[in-house]
Amino acid sequence: MAVTVKIPAQLRSVTGGEAEVTVDGDTVGEALNQVFAQYGELRDRITQNGELRRFVNVYVGGEDIRFADGLGTALKDGDDVTILPAVAGGC
Amino acid sequence: MADWQLKCKECGSEYPADARYVCENCFGPLEVSYDFSDLDAEGAKRRIQAGPNSIWRYSDFLPFSGGAPATRTALEPGFTPLIKADHLAERLGLGEVWVKNDAANPTHSFKDRVVAVAIAKARELGFETVACASTGNLANAVAAHAAAAGLDSYVFVPSDLEEQKLLATGVYGTHLVGIRGNYDDVNRLCTVLCEERPWAFVNVNLRPYYAEGSKTLAYETVEQLGWKLPDRIVAPVASGSLFTKLGRGFSEWLEVGLVDGELPIFHGAQAAGCGPVAEAFAEGWDVCKPAKPDTIAKSLAIGNPADGPYAVELARKTNGSVEAVTDQEIRDGIRLLAETTGVFTETAGGVTVATLKKLADAGKISADDSVVVYITGEGLKTLDAVRDRFHIDVIDPDLESFVEGVEAKSLTGVA
Repeated sequence: MAVTVKIPAQLRSVTGGEAEVTVDGDTVGEALNQVFAQYGELRDRITQNGELRRFVNVYVGGEDIRFADGLGTALKDGDDVTILPAVAGGC
Repeated sequence: MADWQLKCKECGSEYPADARYVCENCFGPLEVSYDFSDLDAEGAKRRIQAGPNSIWRYSDFLPFSGGAPATRTALEPGFTPLIKADHLAERLGLGEVWVKNDAANPTHSFKDRVVAVAIAKARELGFETVACASTGNLANAVAAHAAAAGLDSYVFVPSDLEEQKLLATGVYGTHLVGIRGNYDDVNRLCTVLCEERPWAFVNVNLRPYYAEGSKTLAYETVEQLGWKLPDRIVAPVASGSLFTKLGRGFSEWLEVGLVDGELPIFHGAQAAGCGPVAEAFAEGWDVCKPAKPDTIAKSLAIGNPADGPYAVELARKTNGSVEAVTDQEIRDGIRLLAETTGVFTETAGGVTVATLKKLADAGKISADDSVVVYITGEGLKTLDAVRDRFHIDVIDPDLESFVEGVEAKSLTGVA
């Protein structure tokens, strides 16, 4: 599945300024691994021991993957995978 | 005066003091970190007591240099009443209950504290437009303070917000944008917009400064109790920012010696229809599983709470708890507070009072404990929560009608 992974501003120093990376993957985890294969430094920035760090949110088509199957969430061709900081907002 | 800088709360990385909120190394939240080693407690106390009756009397503990910032507006929040609530204590079988009524702020919620700090910082950093993602109270505050500051503003809210909160925002001439979605959707949009527009989002890129404003609630509590700490506090939890900053406020004053004793026991209050922090506390998790909000307490309806993990940690560390209460308990909580103190709070306050009642009923608060309950917003903003909750006698304007239509009914218990 060809999907677009959207990189937040805070991580673009690693991607040479790229805001989007197109990769193949059947799940979110696979897609992210493909991104890490291109930009190795990203792995430690957003994951720890194979899991997403606790202040990282990942969305597929606007839905938080924790409402689906986490990193195992299935992807369709053309999906957008958006990585965003979790610390925004609040009261 | 204390030196301060921005630091990652997770990994300790340091950053320049500009508009930023995320650690680039670990994605952890940035917060303001102070060096109080040169702060003399007696001098700080004198400056506080000689200061204005607003949050700016605590400027030594806020992220500005040289006292109250010249960039602050004339809408000065803080120094709200701390009320001894003896009738409420009696109804609940408790000894010493205090109600911190933060509805008594310029736009009727505690959000004036955080927004005052954020707007002063936005102007200091040279921003011309401010914005926010809001569940309602923040919307009111940002729109009003932006107007006072002469700044342009954009306010993003879920489109199904209470009408009172929408009207009390739009009146200030802001760009009010209703999003088809819940608060977490609004927040996600604002996180993206924050990268695309040169704006100061008070609770996104200015979040480290904004959040500092909540500490002033803790400072005021100590000062108004006669420079003493309460034994326990009960406060609402939405993102967990207010809750954790109350903890930070008390801790800082213990550290610098402005007060003696121990950190109070912290009880968090959430609605059962949106209780990811209460769930994480109950389940022993150190992260929160996001929730889809379904509660009348819309100001607390954050399903993906940014400071949730820290709120859980604080409740555990102090042997407190995070409770969840039903919508019916929330409505009852609003009535209980109104009937026993004369304070009319919004649904978030209903959550807080219902949590106090739940703790009291479960025997978790002993009669000699002093408890401070934080009422963060105004009842007039969520009038639907009390609609149809009482009967109104309608009569003709004559004595007979009063006797028959009011007194006779109440005598027979029909009312």
